[in-house]
Amino acid sequence: MHEPKNSSRRQFLSLAGSAAVMGVIPIVTVTPAEATPAMLASAIRNVVGTATVQTGKIKIDVPPLVENGNTVPLTVTVTSPMTENDYVKSIHVFNEKNPQPNVGNFYLGPRSGRAQISTRIRLADTQKIVAIARLSDGSFWSVSADVVVTLAACTEEVI
Amino acid sequence: MASALINVPKKAKRGDIIEIKTLMSHIMETGYRRTATGELVPRDIITSFSCRYNGVEVFRADLFPAIAANPFITFFTVATESGKFDFEWIGDQGFTETASAAISVE
Repeated sequence: MHEPKNSSRRQFLSLAGSAAVMGVIPIVTVTPAEATPAMLASAIRNVVGTATVQTGKIKIDVPPLVENGNTVPLTVTVTSPMTENDYVKSIHVFNEKNPQPNVGNFYLGPRSGRAQISTRIRLADTQKIVAIARLSDGSFWSVSADVVVTLAACTEEVI
Repeated sequence: MASALINVPKKAKRGDIIEIKTLMSHIMETGYRRTATGELVPRDIITSFSCRYNGVEVFRADLFPAIAANPFITFFTVATESGKFDFEWIGDQGFTETASAAISVE
């Protein structure tokens, strides 16, 4: 074996290896500003903590297909008697693919009478919306809805 | 110039559940958009909305950039007594705006 050949092969390999590493790092740092399902899960964890989230009691009203993601009407309703002993404390709305996983937190009380809120939201992509209700007994209830968006919001260029 | 639109029934029976609709004119700039030259447009949104009924808070919301421009929020409350609703919007860059509406309860 010729020593020089070996070392140059080694040099080449190490160069190629570092080039590969350098090539990988920018790809990781240049990921587009978009919430991932992991960010959605952690945003939900921030609200519910270690409590288990059950499905039911809560309903999302949102059009299944929207042309313009800039204003999407959204109504969230929770089935609750809304009395002093049994009421909805808060409703939290999340999304999957906007730059940020949070949409809004709405705080209610026994004086609300009806656990229902409406607003208009932005959707950057075809995605899933999750709503979670926190009840006065400490339980959490969730529901999700899928929305198809043909014109995205949030990240377009300012003219 | 920011301005609010409020829809509260003028009259209600005691114990009625009434719907309150609010709309605040605001750009709700997300902070994720870029100009043609590539500069990020700074975030300018309303972050908090609250409604007090004769001084007692009955509804509050935290808003994020995913709320559409000119935030429209509707909610419900029980008409307990005649009086006043006070609404307050707080946002980025020192934005604060208030509005109020009267109700008479029989």
